[in-house]
Amino acid sequence: MSHLLEVKDLEVKFALRFGDLTAINGVSLTLDKGERLGIVGESGAGKSVTGFAIINLLSKPGYISAGRVLLEGQELNRLPEEDMRKIRGNRISMIFQDPMMTLNPVLTIKTQMIETILAHANVSKTEATDIALDKLKKVHIPSSEKRIHQYPHECSGGMRQRIVVAIALLTNPALIIADEPTTALDVTIQAEIMDLLQELCASEKMGLILITHDLGVVSQVTERIAVMYAGKIAEIGPTQVVIHDPQHPYTQGLIKALPGSLQPGSRLNQIPGMMPTLTDIPPGCAFHPRCTISDTICRMEVPALISRHDHDHMIACHVVK
Amino acid sequence: MFAFIVRRIIQAIIVMLVIGLVGFIIQHQIGDPVRDLVGERVTPAEREVIRDQLGLNDPFYIQYVRFVKNAVKGDLGLSFFYKKPALEVILAKAPATIELVLVTALILIVVSIPSGIYAAIYPKSWFSRIIMAVSTIGVAMPVFLTAIVLIYFFGVELNWLPSYGRGETVNLWGWESGFFTLDGLKHLILPSVSLSSIMLPLFIRLVRAEMMEVLETEYIKFAWAKGLHRQRVWYIHAFKNTLLPVITVFGVQLGILVAFTILTETVFQWQGMGFMFLEAVERSDTTLLVAYLIVVGVIFVVVNTIVDIIYGFVNPMVRIAGTK
Repeated sequence: MSHLLEVKDLEVKFALRFGDLTAINGVSLTLDKGERLGIVGESGAGKSVTGFAIINLLSKPGYISAGRVLLEGQELNRLPEEDMRKIRGNRISMIFQDPMMTLNPVLTIKTQMIETILAHANVSKTEATDIALDKLKKVHIPSSEKRIHQYPHECSGGMRQRIVVAIALLTNPALIIADEPTTALDVTIQAEIMDLLQELCASEKMGLILITHDLGVVSQVTERIAVMYAGKIAEIGPTQVVIHDPQHPYTQGLIKALPGSLQPGSRLNQIPGMMPTLTDIPPGCAFHPRCTISDTICRMEVPALISRHDHDHMIACHVVK
Repeated sequence: MFAFIVRRIIQAIIVMLVIGLVGFIIQHQIGDPVRDLVGERVTPAEREVIRDQLGLNDPFYIQYVRFVKNAVKGDLGLSFFYKKPALEVILAKAPATIELVLVTALILIVVSIPSGIYAAIYPKSWFSRIIMAVSTIGVAMPVFLTAIVLIYFFGVELNWLPSYGRGETVNLWGWESGFFTLDGLKHLILPSVSLSSIMLPLFIRLVRAEMMEVLETEYIKFAWAKGLHRQRVWYIHAFKNTLLPVITVFGVQLGILVAFTILTETVFQWQGMGFMFLEAVERSDTTLLVAYLIVVGVIFVVVNTIVDIIYGFVNPMVRIAGTK
């Protein structure tokens, strides 16, 4: 069966004056129709870069140096720019982190919505407005007929993120990439937006890639998780398995660092050390300097991502097999 | 919007009162109206009588109030040289300056916006590099030098364009205009190009810098992610946001441009307010100088108020603040 999205050995580099910097180093993942995948990791692990690489919208000087991105069998990273434009915002939509910054301050919500439809479908402005209103209702915007004529600054943060979600839905995409969609929002609104996303993905049969550092959010919303570390996938598998039975020492560290299971007042667990900067990735397993169980081989060889007994659960570690 | 405009007008009045005060102090300290009125043979005692009659021995604030009252009525005093009301002298010269500034502003807009945008979108193209290099030279070059170089090439060597005066003008309801004759338009070219050369580099760089900054924002990334055509992203999403700071700076610089006309008009023998100002300085025509100061102040304030109102139309956030 063919997947909705297939990323194969993706490699992203940033061309700098001193030579290329590898931000993503051989990431492979798949997503089926209607499936929800979470990508987690610390800042700088390459989560967002992966998202932008999928829609081929890396900001300069970033570029895809190797690997393939296939959407419904079509190879995206080799498409001419105009064909890629027709896919962006149409088959794949993106939701950004900060709704305060995502919407253009000088254009009305209506303008920003219908332009998306008009860029991809041959419909009249009236029809486009009807679609926009329909989507605003889907994301539970009250009195949407009035709201649609307003400017972004007239709406609250949660409202704006819902509008951004509505914009992402306009063309009934097959895949939504949400890059930290709730990080900039407060907790109650976070839950509201996540519920909304989950509900819409289920009802519209949309695939979702949720990029976040919030394990709590990921465990509630997604079916599978990919844990990224220094531009590589450390562990990938069904959400419940990875959360409750993490194998990779990095994933274990991340989950132990959650305050949930601790006595109030006790010190939080943390993973010793810092994530390496891209210029200075240690040889072998990038995680070995911070790892509690590392072996000699970890310093020499890069571990491959290998399936455990359960075929769907893969980890990249020499010690845990 | 109404409240916004009212507030701007009140601010404008306060600014005008301050300008009036400065003008009045200058006149009070430097000028001697008695000298303007009487000849050498009038004795000091007689002068003192005249001073009393004119109210020049009254306290400072009473004289200032009288000055403001007269100014509101349009009476800015008599020009010592022309023996005519100063305002009348200036208004006769104003059309020349205003037309020069208008054409200059037009050149600024038409040249700086497209080239600034181009340089922002394609920062590495050879055209952008040339624009940036030339604009660096332009910043460093004083206006009279630009003017003389232009006169030398286009006026003297090539003999394509006239290099002084306004040429043939048409009188429209008291407004001497050079816009309606070919000769008048030809005469406008060199002065307005010289005058625009002062601000052009600044504006190209401003538009470019603002546009580049806007192109890096999240909402532009989002616009790309929506799959919009590049023209729409550049000219609607990015350009509208680029305009906001550009409009503000443009308003301020337009006022400064009026001041810069003094140099340009002198080089080109352009019979405008700036030319008149230098003559007035040479003749110590204090009344006329102060009147010039006030008229330019009015132009400055009016232009800025108009620019602010335009800004309010472009920026939805100002509109909201104004309606509250």
